Amino acid sequence: MTPSIRNRLLGIGALLALALFSLWPREVTIRALGDDGRMTDVVTQKTPLKLGLDLQGGIHLALELDESKGAVPNREDAIDRALTVIRQRIDEFGVSEPIVQKSGPDRIIVELPGERDPARAKSVVQRTAFLEFRITDMQGQFRDAIPRIDRALARAGVSAGVAEAPASPLAGLLETDTTAADSTAADSTAADSLVGGPGALSTLLFEGGVPGEYLVPEESFPRVDSLMRIPEIQREVPRGLELIWGAVPRSQGTRSYRPLYAVDRRAIITGDQLADASATLDQMSGGAIVRFQLTRAGGRVFGRETSRHIGDHMAIILDGRVQSQPPVIRSQINRDGQIELGNADLREAQDLALVLRAGALPAPLQIIEERTVGASLGDDSIRKGMTAAIVGAIAVITIVGLYYRFAGLLAVVALAVYAVFTLGGLAAVGATLTLPGLAGFVLSVGMAVDANVLIFERIREELKGNKTVRAAVDGGFQHAMPAIVDSNVTTVLTALFLFQFGTGPVKGFAVTLIVGILASFITAVFVTKTLFLIWVERKTVTQELSI
Amino acid sequence: MRLFDNAKYEFLRVRKQAYLASLLVLIPGILFLAFRGLNESIEFTGGALIQVHALDSAVTIGGIRSALGDQGIRGAELSTFGTARDFLIRAASVDPETESEASAEATARGVSAALSATFGEEAYRIERVEAVGPRVGRELRFKALMAVLLSFGATLIYLTLRFEWRFAVAAIGATAHDILLTIAFVSLMNLEITLVVIAAVLTIVGYSLNDTIIVFDRVRENLHKYKRQSIYEVLNQSVNETLPRTVLTAGTTFAATASLLIFAGQVIRGFAWVMAFGLVVGTFSSIFIASPILLWIERRWPGEDIRGTKTLDSPRVQPAPTRAD
Repeated sequence: MTPSIRNRLLGIGALLALALFSLWPREVTIRALGDDGRMTDVVTQKTPLKLGLDLQGGIHLALELDESKGAVPNREDAIDRALTVIRQRIDEFGVSEPIVQKSGPDRIIVELPGERDPARAKSVVQRTAFLEFRITDMQGQFRDAIPRIDRALARAGVSAGVAEAPASPLAGLLETDTTAADSTAADSTAADSLVGGPGALSTLLFEGGVPGEYLVPEESFPRVDSLMRIPEIQREVPRGLELIWGAVPRSQGTRSYRPLYAVDRRAIITGDQLADASATLDQMSGGAIVRFQLTRAGGRVFGRETSRHIGDHMAIILDGRVQSQPPVIRSQINRDGQIELGNADLREAQDLALVLRAGALPAPLQIIEERTVGASLGDDSIRKGMTAAIVGAIAVITIVGLYYRFAGLLAVVALAVYAVFTLGGLAAVGATLTLPGLAGFVLSVGMAVDANVLIFERIREELKGNKTVRAAVDGGFQHAMPAIVDSNVTTVLTALFLFQFGTGPVKGFAVTLIVGILASFITAVFVTKTLFLIWVERKTVTQELSI
Repeated sequence: MRLFDNAKYEFLRVRKQAYLASLLVLIPGILFLAFRGLNESIEFTGGALIQVHALDSAVTIGGIRSALGDQGIRGAELSTFGTARDFLIRAASVDPETESEASAEATARGVSAALSATFGEEAYRIERVEAVGPRVGRELRFKALMAVLLSFGATLIYLTLRFEWRFAVAAIGATAHDILLTIAFVSLMNLEITLVVIAAVLTIVGYSLNDTIIVFDRVRENLHKYKRQSIYEVLNQSVNETLPRTVLTAGTTFAATASLLIFAGQVIRGFAWVMAFGLVVGTFSSIFIASPILLWIERRWPGEDIRGTKTLDSPRVQPAPTRAD
């Protein structure tokens, strides 16, 4: 064996070792759900080749600030803070190896591999979880303002029952026939429960059970909600008060009502001051409740405020909806309190406690892109992808073996080396294997042969020119090189643009293509050539090649 | 084994027939494109796509349609996906301008709520959800377009640097031919244009260029080697010389693609179809289209520089024989 061949073999051995090393299972630290139900750093043995969400199942979400209900003042700061909050929530939620990252100036990407309950995960990510406590309208200021509001509505051209409700996204969505609903409401209720006269608003409002509480028939909910958005109405709502809907409808007799609360504009305390929250079942009612504890400072503020408001009703408002009927404050409350969730189950209460602990999002977020793949579809894709890869490889090997005989076998060996190089390279650059990536890999096996084919065809031609075997091999490699380089460079150029502009799976495909081309180039010009040199070395006597 | 050994086919003689064959696919494709448009996926139009696997025989296309109708979700497109128990529900945004970014995701939630309300949670399994807001869709469309155009531009520049400009233009022409034909094919088959299908088209661009480059590389070499031969002869000879390689590589790549098409499942099928067709077209064009385009360009803008010899004293080679036409 000549020194040059020995050096080549050493080089191939080193590259193979490198590829295998990068594929070898190693100890990695991942965030995973511990025994205590909390996320902890766990050290585990793992092959560094990651599977994309489309192969192992999971959720991909892109979120942006939701500015449909008003502009967010400091957008960049809001996104950064939202990122921290979501990270903390996901940590507590318990998904292994989540990705929570910023994409561009105003977008957050959340990826939860292997998550099986997308709806729940989405609500944990997206829930604003802004908690506040406000005193209800104890003096009945809003009640006194209702006639004025009715007059303002009349001036604005809205009268009871007949006028078209202003366009509201909600009203349109629910397709409620508000006119019909109004008349039934008027028919079926006793006149004395009406709040006021025959104005546009007063006909729809009924006195509730606690100060500041009003009931709206469920079918009129969209209409009242849209009326409340009219600027003329908002101007007439007494200064210092705000109207906020209840979270769930309440049934009274056969009818269902949506509570509407007039509450102080100022909160006595917000969720910022929350130190801890936990879910439990109420001993008395059996319903789920969330117990919370405030920070020391928060407790002092809360104690001072509640002692001033003994006898008043306090609304617990979560994400702009009043939770349960506001209870009366009987005595000073300091650090501990609880939120009743009505008919929610324990799991919902647990998720609420989780988001309360992690803190509120600085602004509401909307999901602008979602890609969810079920675990079973992912498994199915892996299985089918592997089948396709194996069948494809066998087909390629058969064709090349039949066509080039012994040289073909060398090409097959080179192909095997190529596969190890590609997978190793993918692991080394930390690539994620996606379904299109897997398809790209199968495809590249077919194309990786090309460089070998080019070389072999050249060698055949050289042999026809009555050159010696050694000269033919050298000439073949030499002449095939420009074509190999040109074709590889153009493909890499294409793949680079795919990588730059692609998202998710397509990016995975581009990475596979690039790594695959590099691997195929190295294999063809280095591995195949070495194999040939060894072979030619042994054929000093005969002047024939099995090609 | 040897295929097409010492082949001496007159490929350039049948160039008119080759153009005709291309037009036979291209014209119906363009007609379909004009009248039906491209079937863009919700990734580009914005909207929601939900893949459902039925665990209960009650879940059928008709059942799903009425379940959605009951919940006020109209205009959803329903189809089976691979098997009779897998369904795709597409609810594209009706008017992307007026809808909010979150509407797609809300629609997807609405679909699953409607299915639960009608069939119960246990009767089906959601396999896949894709919900893309209209603005994100426009972004993705823009990015896909940029990827195609920029990769095209970059290859043109690279080829001009590596070869002579006529080669670059002919190679791009042949590749444009392949892309047009592939789009015509996508339109004829009514395949859905997804990001992954765009990736397949770009791969075809790479493959087809690759194929053409290898023929042109031989042309370049032979133009140097056989200075007495006409361009026509050199082109024909080069295509013949590279024919074994063209056919063999096309064969192995096609074998791999066919295996994707048959075994890799429904999710990747659009990709596999485009790849398979693109391979055939790419191979066809590198044999029958690329060289005729180069010949045509050379006759239109003749010059010795195509042989890479720009010296003035080199003897002018006699024009290509007219018998070829």
